[in-house]
Order: sequence, then C-alpha cells, then structure tokens
Amino acid sequence: MHNFNYHRASDVAGAAALLKDVDDGKLLAGGMTLLPTLKNRLAAPSDLIDLAGVSDLKGISIEGDEVVIRAMTPHAVVAASHEVATAIPALAALAGGIGDPAVRHRGTIGGSVANADPAADYPAAIVGLNATVVTNQRSIAADDFFLGLFETALRPGEIITSVRFKNPSRAHYLKFRHPASGYAVVGIMVAQYASGVRVAVTGAGPSVFRVSAMEAALDKSFTPKSIADIAVSADQLMGDIHCSAEYRAHIVKVYARRAVEALTA
Amino acid sequence: MLYDVQMTVNGQAVSGKVEARTLLAQFIREHLRLTGTHVGCDTTQCGCCVVHVDGVAMKSCTMLAVQAEGKAITTIEGLAAEDGTLHPMQQAFRDHHGLQCGFCTPGMVMMGVDIARRLPGADEKTVRHQLEGNICRCTGYQGIVEAIIDGSAKINAVRS
Repeated sequence: MHNFNYHRASDVAGAAALLKDVDDGKLLAGGMTLLPTLKNRLAAPSDLIDLAGVSDLKGISIEGDEVVIRAMTPHAVVAASHEVATAIPALAALAGGIGDPAVRHRGTIGGSVANADPAADYPAAIVGLNATVVTNQRSIAADDFFLGLFETALRPGEIITSVRFKNPSRAHYLKFRHPASGYAVVGIMVAQYASGVRVAVTGAGPSVFRVSAMEAALDKSFTPKSIADIAVSADQLMGDIHCSAEYRAHIVKVYARRAVEALTA
Repeated sequence: MLYDVQMTVNGQAVSGKVEARTLLAQFIREHLRLTGTHVGCDTTQCGCCVVHVDGVAMKSCTMLAVQAEGKAITTIEGLAAEDGTLHPMQQAFRDHHGLQCGFCTPGMVMMGVDIARRLPGADEKTVRHQLEGNICRCTGYQGIVEAIIDGSAKINAVRS
C-alpha cells in the first residue's frame, strides 16, 4: 500500500471541504473495498478522509412509508435492525448476506453504494426498492444513480448521507452467492408496489439493471408462471472465470421465478 | 508523516506513532509485539486476524491503526484470566480438538466469542454460516463447530 495522509472528518461539510482542498482525496467509509484496493495498489490517493467520526451519518429511522438508512450504518446493524426487519424484511436479509460477519461489522451502505461494484448486493436493493440516494448536494432517484461498471451519478466532492427505501407491499431478495467471496454471481430483488412491480438484477451485468418484461408480466399476474418463459439476453451480461454470460442469463430467469415463488407460496 | 494513536488493548492503555497506512494487525503484531493475532491472507478472507473492536469482531488486516484511535481492542492474548485459566471458548477448542496446526485458531476463537455474544444457542448450521469469513485448512471444521457450540453454551450459562 502506498502511503497517504489521513484525516478524520467531524461533519459532512468538513469532509467535503477537505476533499476539495487535497490533491487526490478519497472518502473512507468502512474500508472493506477501499483498503484491499489500496493494498493491491490499484489506487493511490494522496489523502483519505475518514467519515467514521461523523455521528449524523449513522442510524436507521422510519419516516412515513420509507426506511431511512444513514450512509455510515454497517451491514450488520441493518441486518439486525428490528425496524428494517419489520418494514422490509428482504432488505434486512440482503444486508445479512453480504460478505462475512466481520466484514458486515465494518462495511457500510454508503460505501457499497458509492463504489457500485457490479457484484455488490445493495445496488439490487436501491433499484428494486425504488430508493432515493441522498447526498450533501441533492437527492438522486435509484433509476438515475447507477451508470455503469463502478460508475455512479455522484459528482466529484459529492458525499452520500443516507438512502431512503420505499416500503413495498412485499419483496424478496435471492442471491446466487459466489461460494468463496460471498459476492452475487446473480442477485435478484423482486418488489411489489401499488405503482407496479420492480425486478432488479445485480451481479449479472456491468451494473444493476431492471427486467421490464418481467415487471410487465408480474404487473398483470403476480405468479411464478407468468415469468417462467421470460428469458434475459446474454448479450449485455458478464462472462468471467466464474461462469459465462449465458449461464448468468439462465440464473436470472430461474432466480426471478424462485423469488416470486417465495413471495406467493 | 507519523500519526499518534492511542487505544486500549486487552485493558491496557497503549499508544504509538504509525504511518497512515499501518494496518491495525501490523500495529498489534509489530508495535505491540502481540503476535497471537495472525495474518493469513492479508486480503480480508481468511479471518486469522480477527480481533474485537469495542467488543465486535473485525478483521484487523483490513483496518488502519489510525481507525482504531480511542477504541478498546481485545486480542487472543486478552481472553485468558491472569492466572492462566483459559477463557471458556479457548477451553472448548481444547476439549473438542478444534485445531490442528493452530494458525487460524486465534481468529476462530475470537469469532467464536463474537458468535456466542450475538447468537446465543446458535445451532450447527448457523455456526457454520457464521464461519464464512474464517478459513481453516486442516481440521475440516467439525471440531471447531463443536467447540463454538459448546463454548457458547458455557459463556451464556455464566451470563444468564
């Protein structure tokens, strides 16, 4: 790991100011991706600005029909939250399946969402549960947030402060877990709202995406049978040492059906 | 540039001067010379470096020493009583032969204590899932799982 300067921010405004001042600064949340990246020398920022001491970036609250999770809340806290488990059990289950217990104790929702790893779990929750990503500058709708491989709508200097999830009438997250890393080879969030069904897929493509053909079919009839024959094209999906794009396309189809089965059983 | 860090390790106040990039695992092993905390993979996967930070299991190879400023750290050296009596989880590992070469054992024991705290009465399946971030290449895990179930029962019997 190349060396860097370390700063401890005490509030979001201070962190934003530091980020602007330094040469090539990076925000440090839980560090579960950033520190391994630095160890591999895949990045060499001049400065790290630690957000751990910013107290108003932690905690979970229920506001109307939304679950609000502040950016520095660790996965383990989301997984163990009674409020989350009551409002959106699929979200608690998703958080409880990230990485391993020690990683969940440090990794944060804000860090995961900002990093936009194609195989991360949270992007499926953000898009599937029609969340709003709130930053120190604005609110960004889920469908506008993820732009591509490790690419988001965040501007330089923009800091995620919270994520607001809309409570669905029902939702289920199903993940084909990579047995060694715990990352999603394919992860699917199926969520039903009064306004329609959302099907979001992580792990399969370079970025999370929705399957509109499945959403339309489930809007008409929320049954496993209604999507059993809807295939996803492998053209835009990822093929790598773990499995081919065609295999991922197949898993999307099978897991979407199983997620609906779990919700209708 | 060096940074001053202060923390409590196994109940003792400690301080040191570290580079920003110094990992907590390095600080514990090389500055404090507490070499019970092992570094197996250095990539957040194997769990040999698990310590407790404010009572919660974390991988000390993926945390900077400066991030532990003001925290209370417990390492494997901090579990046994001063007279040498083993912690119930250590004793359970001994009783169930939950180790072979011993390299992963400090992390396994620290994670076992964490499992006992969070999930009292956890069954075999739960314990196996909870060990996803702790890798053992010798034992096949059977003795480790049995040790954690037994150790957890003894720890929680004392608590209740």
